Amino acid sequence: MNAEQILFILFGAVSLIGAVAVISFRHPIYSALSLVVTFFAQAGLFLLLGAHFVAAVQVIVYAGAIMVLFLFVIMLLNLGTLSVKGAIGGKLKGFAIILGILLAIEGIYIATNVLNNTAIAAAQPATAAPNTTTYDIGELLFSKYLLPFEVTSLILLAALIGVIVLVKRSSNDSI
Amino acid sequence: MENLPFSVLIISSIVKILFIAHLLIIGVMAMIWAERRVSGWMQDRLGPNRVGFQGILQPIADGIKFLFKEDLIPDHVDKPLYVLAPAMVLIPALVTIAVVPFGSSITVLGHEISLQVADINIGILYILAITSLGVYGVVLGAWASNNKYSLLGGLRSSAQMISYELTLGLAIIGVLMLTSSLHLRAIAEAQGAYPWHWNFLIHFPAFLAFTTAMFAETNRLPFDLAEAEQELVAGYHTEYSSMKFAMFFMAEYMHMIVGSAVTVTLFLGGWHFFGLENIGGPVWSGVISFGIFFAKTAIFLFVFIWVRWTLPRFRYDQLMNFGWKFLLPVTLTSIVVTGTLWIITGSRLVVGIGNAVAGFIVVSIVAGLLVMDAPKPAMQDSDNPLTPTALNAIE
Amino acid sequence: MELQYYLILSALLFTTGVIGVLVRRNAIIIFMCIELMLNAANLAFVAISRSLGEATGQVFVFFVMAVAAAEVAIGLAIIVSVFKHRETINVDEVNSLKG
Repeated sequence: MNAEQILFILFGAVSLIGAVAVISFRHPIYSALSLVVTFFAQAGLFLLLGAHFVAAVQVIVYAGAIMVLFLFVIMLLNLGTLSVKGAIGGKLKGFAIILGILLAIEGIYIATNVLNNTAIAAAQPATAAPNTTTYDIGELLFSKYLLPFEVTSLILLAALIGVIVLVKRSSNDSI
Repeated sequence: MENLPFSVLIISSIVKILFIAHLLIIGVMAMIWAERRVSGWMQDRLGPNRVGFQGILQPIADGIKFLFKEDLIPDHVDKPLYVLAPAMVLIPALVTIAVVPFGSSITVLGHEISLQVADINIGILYILAITSLGVYGVVLGAWASNNKYSLLGGLRSSAQMISYELTLGLAIIGVLMLTSSLHLRAIAEAQGAYPWHWNFLIHFPAFLAFTTAMFAETNRLPFDLAEAEQELVAGYHTEYSSMKFAMFFMAEYMHMIVGSAVTVTLFLGGWHFFGLENIGGPVWSGVISFGIFFAKTAIFLFVFIWVRWTLPRFRYDQLMNFGWKFLLPVTLTSIVVTGTLWIITGSRLVVGIGNAVAGFIVVSIVAGLLVMDAPKPAMQDSDNPLTPTALNAIE
Repeated sequence: MELQYYLILSALLFTTGVIGVLVRRNAIIIFMCIELMLNAANLAFVAISRSLGEATGQVFVFFVMAVAAAEVAIGLAIIVSVFKHRETINVDEVNSLKG
């Protein structure tokens, strides 16, 4: 066992435990915090994979912005006292979990067998591949993927306008 | 960290970590003393001067008092998060310093050791990432306290931090463009020895925006709405006592110190000062460069205290207006102007002048728009017909 | 570390997210589970990018993050307005289009 494997097991276990905690905690605040833990563990995995820029952006965007928004809304609506009936009933729940296990088996099968016959497996410089730098990502982003990049900015603009419209309308209603 | 033997690497890292962590904690104590004495000086009174020479042992007396206070956990709180919150405020403040280069390098026993704990490639992103985590402790502490005023403080704080983080991130993009590196050491080195080459002149509007946003991120006085005494008792730490309160308190000062150190690195030339850092050979130059960095940080910290007693607290809507309508346009313009002028002329002088002019224009336009847009105050004081509407809007 | 292990981890995380969406009825937690699934996809992207030795996968992660941010902003705004109208965020009780 070398250091990379130990770290992979550590981060992987933390992210899985965090993910399970997200769906099992009753209170949304604890779910949100478990999700933050999962995101951190994933940032660690990204570091292991040599994707430093993505790891930093993961923490900035997910942990620093998105989850704070979640917390903000949970606190604003004060959902703790409301206590939504947490989950669906027994039979349906069992059915959902069986479906989930089937999906997991399928995913593991794809990951282990199917991908072996594709170009990804054929490429396999795997461990020897150099770390991709911020420079590489920037270059790809502003040359080959310029159009998707611009489309992304349009999506963000649309989201911005959408949120303003939603909030404006509901504030007019309340007045 | 070039080609050091493993043992030297480990030992030097441990020494550096111990040094900088303790310096930070001692810095907090020094700041507590300085804040009270300087405040006293600015208000024409004495401040604490009884414990030790000129009251210099006052922070230790405070610390002992905090330690011996009863550590009260109220019944109505959410216990796990209530205990966790102070740590979640303190830790981000403490670990940010790891990537800040606090001097050039020092040669000990033939090994050149750079004065920085972790020299990572994406240093500035690391700082942004860790800074963005500081809000969790505040928000969770507020929520876990299960107290109306705490919750209001936490909500205010999270909205404020998200808003000003944008400015914080955008303000440094100009710097990154001209340095073309995310490496803090490279940014500090690229600025050179002379003050007129430093980034704060080239990116003057961005520098002001960055500093302002940093005041907001540290919850310092013009922006301390999260703990506004008159409105919210003590805001998010109302329910805290003893060492847990002290941790919130220490975290605030650590944020200030680390923030000043980052500003010095990014905008004020790091450890450079008129080439003074190069004299004195391989050992003393390291010490001198650290001294210069330390002095710059200390001066910047003085500004923090100075501003505290100069500007009154913002109202909440003014805070949001200021962040979104002034700082954000200024930083965005700064990015566009810096990029365009740098591509066209490639001269730092032109970029600097362009930035200053553009910043001025944007501020005037926004101020003008706000004055035209400002609604007449609903409850006009009839005794005083000259209510300064325009002034309200600008503030 | 082999690519397969990362992909298996990604599949497991994705499954957890799916189970969460199926089992929980709280709209905010369902939302978090969607974020979890997007993140699982990100992990697969980065792992494959590493194994191919190029940055394209990471560029896609960047896009996924931007879309996730937009989605969260809109989604939370919708949740807040739904809550204002109906005083609930249980997805089973929000079952008619007319507010």
